[in-house]
Amino acid sequence: MSGLAKSPARRDPPFLVAGLIAVAVAYLALVVFLPLVIVFVEALRKGVGDYLAGIGDAEALSAIKLTLLVAAIAVPLNTIFGLAAAWCVTKFDFKGKNLLVTLIDLPFSISPVISGLIYVLLYGANGWFGPWLQEHNIQIIFSVTGIVLATTLVTLPFVARELIPLMQAQGSDEEAAATTLGANGLRTFFLITLPNVKWALMYGVLLSTARAMGEFGAVSVVSGKIRGLTATMPLQVEILYNEYNFVAAFAVASLLALFALVTLAVKTLLEARFSDELAAQRWR
Amino acid sequence: MSPAKRSWRFVEPSALPGFGPALGLTMAYLSFFLLVPLAALVLRPWEHGADHVFAVVSAERTLDALRLSFGAAFFAACVNAVFGTIVAWVLVRYDFPGKRILDAFVDLPFALPTAVAGIALVTIYAPNGPIGSIIEPMGLKVAYTPLGVMVALVFVGFPFVVRAIQPVLEEVQIDVEEAAATLGANRFRTISQVIFPAVLPSLLMGFSLALARAVGEYGSVTFIAGNQQNVSEIAPLLIIIHLEEFDYAGAAAIGLAMLLISIVMLFGLNLIQAKVAGRGER
Repeated sequence: MSGLAKSPARRDPPFLVAGLIAVAVAYLALVVFLPLVIVFVEALRKGVGDYLAGIGDAEALSAIKLTLLVAAIAVPLNTIFGLAAAWCVTKFDFKGKNLLVTLIDLPFSISPVISGLIYVLLYGANGWFGPWLQEHNIQIIFSVTGIVLATTLVTLPFVARELIPLMQAQGSDEEAAATTLGANGLRTFFLITLPNVKWALMYGVLLSTARAMGEFGAVSVVSGKIRGLTATMPLQVEILYNEYNFVAAFAVASLLALFALVTLAVKTLLEARFSDELAAQRWR
Repeated sequence: MSPAKRSWRFVEPSALPGFGPALGLTMAYLSFFLLVPLAALVLRPWEHGADHVFAVVSAERTLDALRLSFGAAFFAACVNAVFGTIVAWVLVRYDFPGKRILDAFVDLPFALPTAVAGIALVTIYAPNGPIGSIIEPMGLKVAYTPLGVMVALVFVGFPFVVRAIQPVLEEVQIDVEEAAATLGANRFRTISQVIFPAVLPSLLMGFSLALARAVGEYGSVTFIAGNQQNVSEIAPLLIIIHLEEFDYAGAAAIGLAMLLISIVMLFGLNLIQAKVAGRGER
């Protein structure tokens, strides 16, 4: 890597090198670092006591619990889906495969607000199934179920799109050999396929978890923002901020920011150590 | 020997089991979470007639919101195309202390929840914030203006261009640049005529991704925008406003319009990208 720069044809004048580095660092500082730093500065503005009070508040705690619960449902669902989708897309040839792959990617191209809206159109009070649900006393919109639905849709592609390029590259020779030698499908899957893709799977799970915990637009449409009941952490941040309770808002936000930093660290580590076993595609 | 006539087959024969259950699960899941809900988005706008759809979409308020969402997203993607290219170049070509940390932090806008970014940005650019207090006396208002919308979208779209260009810059062969230099091209000419054309298709791809993401963005924008009707109200917010008034058809109409404009726009960008990539290969 660093050998690259040593070729004389690639040597840029020192003032240009210094200038470009300065521009890049300044841009990153302004666009990326400053917002991150501000979160912690504002959270601690009134001292550690107020900060801890903000985090320890009963509503904040129930928001944390809800956020973890939603992620704990949505991420495993999408993991199972991602494995099934990757299995049929990469191990078989069938008509309409490209269309299927496009569909799997589609949720990334939809505005989060629209991802929430479409469930309201189905299950809301005026939704297609709204009257039926009301008759049977089932609440989906403005309840945890709706939040899980919207979060699952928003994070649907992560695991699948991480696995598909990798499993495509690995081919299916190993699985074919195992089956020929008499292993059944599940045994082949758990003993051959899964170990081959474990780091890519972890990478996909990491990115979906981060997005699931931080999702705002889709969740805000379906949640109803009932304090202590259907307010996830990002929604709790909004509620507190709109009440001018800035320290508490930034205290809850700082937890999300810390989690984002951990995500970045684990992601960087996975990329550095297992780059061959990860698909070379990026987060969106 | 003529090739054996093969009847139409949905799936090619394979030694591996599990195609049926895997595809069945995949399709059932996609239908439940994506296809049926999307069908509602396509069908529901029309339930009060096409006139209602036209009235909602052509209302001055809706047009202003769509113009703002797409316009601010476009300018934000342009800003990121320029600075993202510089950041990618610096990260690939130069060595300096702290480079790896800088590289890792490029992805922060993906990892940081949008609501967190939203309240951080409005605090920074508010009249009493660290940047707002400097630029507002100079007459530059960012918070609660369309410019604020753009600033939030710059944050959200930043990683796309960098991550699209980086791998291509890493692959530009040394001998190509050496050849250009040997043939007498100066550094500027090598960069503009050898490296830039190689990078351009990925630059366009990163630009499209940043644009697509920014158009639908809500969380990071809603705090800094001020949400003033006809001025700083973005399209996703207008959808929420229609929903709160129980105007499902109107909300769906704006959502469908956004989706269709995005599809046409991305299709156009894909065509340009394919054309540029094709020219680069010749």
